[in-house]
Amino acid sequence: MKVLVPVKRVIDANIKVRVKADQSGVETNNVKMAMNPFCEIAVEEAIRMRESGSAEEVIVVAAGTTQAQETLRTGLAMGADRAILIETDVALEPLSVAKLLKAVVDKEDPGIVLMGKQAIDGDNNQTGQMLAALLDWPQGAFASKIENNDGTLRVVREVDAGLETLSMSLPAVLTVDLRLNDPRYASLPNIMKAKRKPLDTVTPADLNVDVTPRVMVVKVDEPPARDAGIIVADVTELVDKLRNEAKVI
Amino acid sequence: MDFALSEEQQMIVDSTRAFVEQELYPHEEEVERTDHIRPELFAQIAQKALDMGFYAANMPEEIGGGGLDAVSLTLFERELGRANFGLQYAVARPSNILRACRGEQIDRYLLPTIRGEKIDCLAMTEPGAGSDIRSMTCRAIRDGDDYVITGTKHFISHADVSDFVILFAASGVEQTARGPKNKITSFLVDMGTPGFQVKPGYKSVSHRGYHNCILEFDQCRVPTSNILGEADKGFDVANEWLGATRLQVAGMCIGRAQRAFELACDWAATRKQFGKTIGKNQGVSFKLADMIVDIEAAELLTLKAAWMLDQGTARDQDFAMAKLFATEMLARVSDEAIQIFGGMGLMADLPLERIWRDARVERIWDGTSEIQRHIISRALLRPLEN
Repeated sequence: MKVLVPVKRVIDANIKVRVKADQSGVETNNVKMAMNPFCEIAVEEAIRMRESGSAEEVIVVAAGTTQAQETLRTGLAMGADRAILIETDVALEPLSVAKLLKAVVDKEDPGIVLMGKQAIDGDNNQTGQMLAALLDWPQGAFASKIENNDGTLRVVREVDAGLETLSMSLPAVLTVDLRLNDPRYASLPNIMKAKRKPLDTVTPADLNVDVTPRVMVVKVDEPPARDAGIIVADVTELVDKLRNEAKVI
Repeated sequence: MDFALSEEQQMIVDSTRAFVEQELYPHEEEVERTDHIRPELFAQIAQKALDMGFYAANMPEEIGGGGLDAVSLTLFERELGRANFGLQYAVARPSNILRACRGEQIDRYLLPTIRGEKIDCLAMTEPGAGSDIRSMTCRAIRDGDDYVITGTKHFISHADVSDFVILFAASGVEQTARGPKNKITSFLVDMGTPGFQVKPGYKSVSHRGYHNCILEFDQCRVPTSNILGEADKGFDVANEWLGATRLQVAGMCIGRAQRAFELACDWAATRKQFGKTIGKNQGVSFKLADMIVDIEAAELLTLKAAWMLDQGTARDQDFAMAKLFATEMLARVSDEAIQIFGGMGLMADLPLERIWRDARVERIWDGTSEIQRHIISRALLRPLEN
């Protein structure tokens, strides 16, 4: 079985994000980029599946500019077998990405698409679910535990009320949550090997997907600074403020 | 000119940083407090480094090393340099000089150090022979197929955890243009060889958990088959293989300075006094500006020397310039970082006082700042003098 792992290049999680002076977006010039942390977890899980014998091949795929190759190389250095870059300069929307991924799935025929639940830049949390819908495959979003019992997946997912366990048949789309695993860092031999692993490049046109944006960004603003909190004297005052000032109870 | 790191170099940096933060930082407090690394902790770090392929990263790939080029290796050293020195030492980089091993020396000494089965140390310095290393009095006298070695070495780093020593001893006298000088031979000597004792050294202000030792040789017999390189040609071997260790020192100083700088920068941006963050005062912010210029300059000088080494064009003075500037930079940057923190900077709760203490040895070992200046100025003047 092949496992397809879509990965996204985002601003490094440790960097403080700044809005561009002209408010057209966030500053990415000379900013350290990295693989989206949730994607790292997905790559790790896929490699573990191959190591345990439930998968034969791990393919990482990214859609974006040439620089997204760096992110694919990181996936290869972690242990993925090969990579596909869908190269485009267009700022992609989740539905476009889902359509591109569907085209790759049609070609590669993976048993599982394993991906991050969301990317830490847009925080959209849409692509996995859209992809499952386009493919008409079962989906397990926010997975915190995945078991593969001879073609039947048991997926524990984190939901508002706690943990929900789903059972589903293959093929399926899974999106992973933070607590699924601790991703490895790349070993030196694997970093050296990554360069020699295959990395194919295709374009949205090759895949027959129109990625023209449907949404226009008018302006990007920093969130307003939060006012400092206050310390209340007792529960009576707290309840009073919640009822009469905040009007939440 | 291309100053960008390659994809691999960036991945090496990221991966090494993750290793240092996850495997080394958590043990720093213990090592600083006890001045000791538990053998099981040392073994655990060494094993993780072996698993990650970081162990012996300086050695060629064909013999089981990491096969890093000089620029990548310097970046790797920079990242390891962030951590307590003793802890990062568990990620061994066997002395390059072992590449001079020949015949069965390869299987007995070189390869085991790469596989993590043996640890090497190197002994040159003596109580009476520091910078003037050729004046050493530790003697090796030929007797049949053996040499008989007698004398004392001191400041021998990590000999307490080593399995053998790469020993330099005086094996005779030769006439030179500047009078009679010692001929030097380099030997591989196993710990436990009769007549050879390792004793605890001095307590140092720098590098807690990483110890110097005193080595005593009394009629210690070492076979000629344990000569590294050729008899009486010990300095040739040293000059061929040891110059680049100055890049290692420089690289580590840069990593340590960067860590101190990051702490100071965060502090300046968040610490409030007189109703504003202290970084709003130019007395503080200008310090940060000077510190980052200092760090960047040291890094450029060091990576340039590493790049020259990769091109085969590096000269002694290139390593000397990098080592001189980076070690002196660390002294300035660690001192200013503490100044920005004020009293808290001196407390063991932060790594700053440790970085400041550790900075001191860097201007002394592997050739003092004065020796580096001597190398640089000699290279400038000699071609002009008769």
